[in-house]
Amino acid sequence: MNTKVTVSREKNGLRRNLVKSAKRHWQFYILISVPVLYFIIFKYIPMFGVLIAFKDYNVIKGVLGSPWVGTKHFNLFIENPQVWTLIKNTFLLSLYQLAVSFPLPIILALALSEVRHGMFKKTVQMVTYAPYFISTVIIVSMLIMLLSPRLGVVNHILGAIGIPTINFMSEPSMFRSIYVWSEAWQNTGYAAVIYLAALAGIDPSLYEAARVDGASRLQKIINIDLPGILPTASIILILSVGSIMSVGFEKIYLMQNPINLSQSEVLATYVYKMGLLNANFSFATAVGLFNSVINLVLLVAVNKLSKRVTGSALW
Amino acid sequence: MIYTSTRIKESIVDRIFLISLYVLLSAVLVVVLYPLVFILSASLSSPLAVSSGRVWLWPVSFSLDGYIAVFENPQVMVGYANSLFYTVFGTLISTTLTVMVAYPLSRKTFVGRGAFMLFIVFTMLFYGGLIPEYLVTKQLGLIDTRWALLLPKAIAVWQIIIARTFFQFSIPDELVEASEIDGCSDLRFLGSIVLPLSKPIIAVTALMYAIYQWNTYFDALIYLKSQGLYPLQIVLRNILIMNTTSGGNIEASEMLRRRELADLMKYSLIVVASLPVLVVYPFIQRYFVQGMLIGSIKG
Repeated sequence: MNTKVTVSREKNGLRRNLVKSAKRHWQFYILISVPVLYFIIFKYIPMFGVLIAFKDYNVIKGVLGSPWVGTKHFNLFIENPQVWTLIKNTFLLSLYQLAVSFPLPIILALALSEVRHGMFKKTVQMVTYAPYFISTVIIVSMLIMLLSPRLGVVNHILGAIGIPTINFMSEPSMFRSIYVWSEAWQNTGYAAVIYLAALAGIDPSLYEAARVDGASRLQKIINIDLPGILPTASIILILSVGSIMSVGFEKIYLMQNPINLSQSEVLATYVYKMGLLNANFSFATAVGLFNSVINLVLLVAVNKLSKRVTGSALW
Repeated sequence: MIYTSTRIKESIVDRIFLISLYVLLSAVLVVVLYPLVFILSASLSSPLAVSSGRVWLWPVSFSLDGYIAVFENPQVMVGYANSLFYTVFGTLISTTLTVMVAYPLSRKTFVGRGAFMLFIVFTMLFYGGLIPEYLVTKQLGLIDTRWALLLPKAIAVWQIIIARTFFQFSIPDELVEASEIDGCSDLRFLGSIVLPLSKPIIAVTALMYAIYQWNTYFDALIYLKSQGLYPLQIVLRNILIMNTTSGGNIEASEMLRRRELADLMKYSLIVVASLPVLVVYPFIQRYFVQGMLIGSIKG
């Protein structure tokens, strides 16, 4: 009885303190109000707008007034014979992308941290980091120009060693490789920075001890460097698996042409074409929602797995 | 000292290992650098040298024809001016909003900061989707206005997290307490103490937003219809990827010359469009790395 009273009194005191503190720092609320408004308008209202996936959206009636149709659009999507190609294309491209873009930055960072020559190290880092800042439009233009059958330098080089001209961009079977490796060209240096930071944070006494024990460079990498970057690597792996179904729309869309469509049409480009080009809003939203749900499920699953295996996770 | 001592201890296996690392990194260097050097060299060559494939590494029969063609193209110039506008104002809006939200979130005395943080981070996990976002922008009447490129993507949650972490770790609590005793208001403290102390993080935030604005094309693709509003990236897409060059009734020889020039111009256009970003890049690289390191501490 007595303890209850003190607890509630303490609670009251705490609440009074909070109110006092909130009043005293009222300016924080003024500051944060505009960004909060932004999040409500541009993030939360669209979240609520997902409802149109279950409705027949009509511009005049709006989100709320449009009639409910249940899972009609999802059924339409699943019954569409094209759907499995879309899912397969999305999944294979992401998996390929993950298999290349996850290990490469780690290898680059490990190699860079072994090199002691300052100038060389700095040059490699700066050059590999630079392509990250080139726009997607320019990257795709460069691909088209460098790989062009008529003018492309790649075909000129191949021609010089006797290989016949290849029309890379119009070869559906090459689409995935071109996408993934150009992505690696652009982002590996940038992605390596985070691992270099993790490597820099490793306790130097570990290396001292390894040297005293006569460990080779490779042994040091395997026994000190790799465990040192494991937490960082697992977080990055979780994040990339969580977005496995949302491959970079911007680049794929630019790389598409009528010939490579059989490999390059993915869920995101399909949503754009159905929704904004064909004004099929409800159907496109349903496809988009299907995509986000898969992402969320994958993210949660990998997070759980990582927590069990490596002990590090997002939450 | 250290150098000589390791040199003595280094075994043959280690030597070979290190040499192969140097070889690997040199190969990486060449692979990354070659396309960039090639584009630059091609852009400085003559139209004929480019179309006949005589350019390998260095410019062949040096000429500035490609650059002249770029600067004579009205579409490109309008796009350039528009992109400058979007970049300057977009960065201003985004950076201001980011500081407005990141600073309160960094202070322990801010009641409800956990709830606000959750409210913001949640938007990272769950995304309404392309179509609902488009419909909101449309409802607000932003379609085909400059605001469509400035507002919908104004704040990046990741930038808030980085800035908040910086404020948390670099502004000592003692300083905050002292200012409170002196009766300094939160806004004044932010303006006269926090902002001057946070120049590096503000620079990183602003540059990240600026580069995003300069490089993005997708919002312009879905929201803009008037050619006069197009940012440079859309103009680039039309010229470089969609291959839209004005034709007409012209003689065959003239047509060939024009085609050669159009091919050359693409290389020069790539250089001109990437220049603003690549010129500032070496100076900002240090700040970026710093920013990423701060972000990775994540409090």
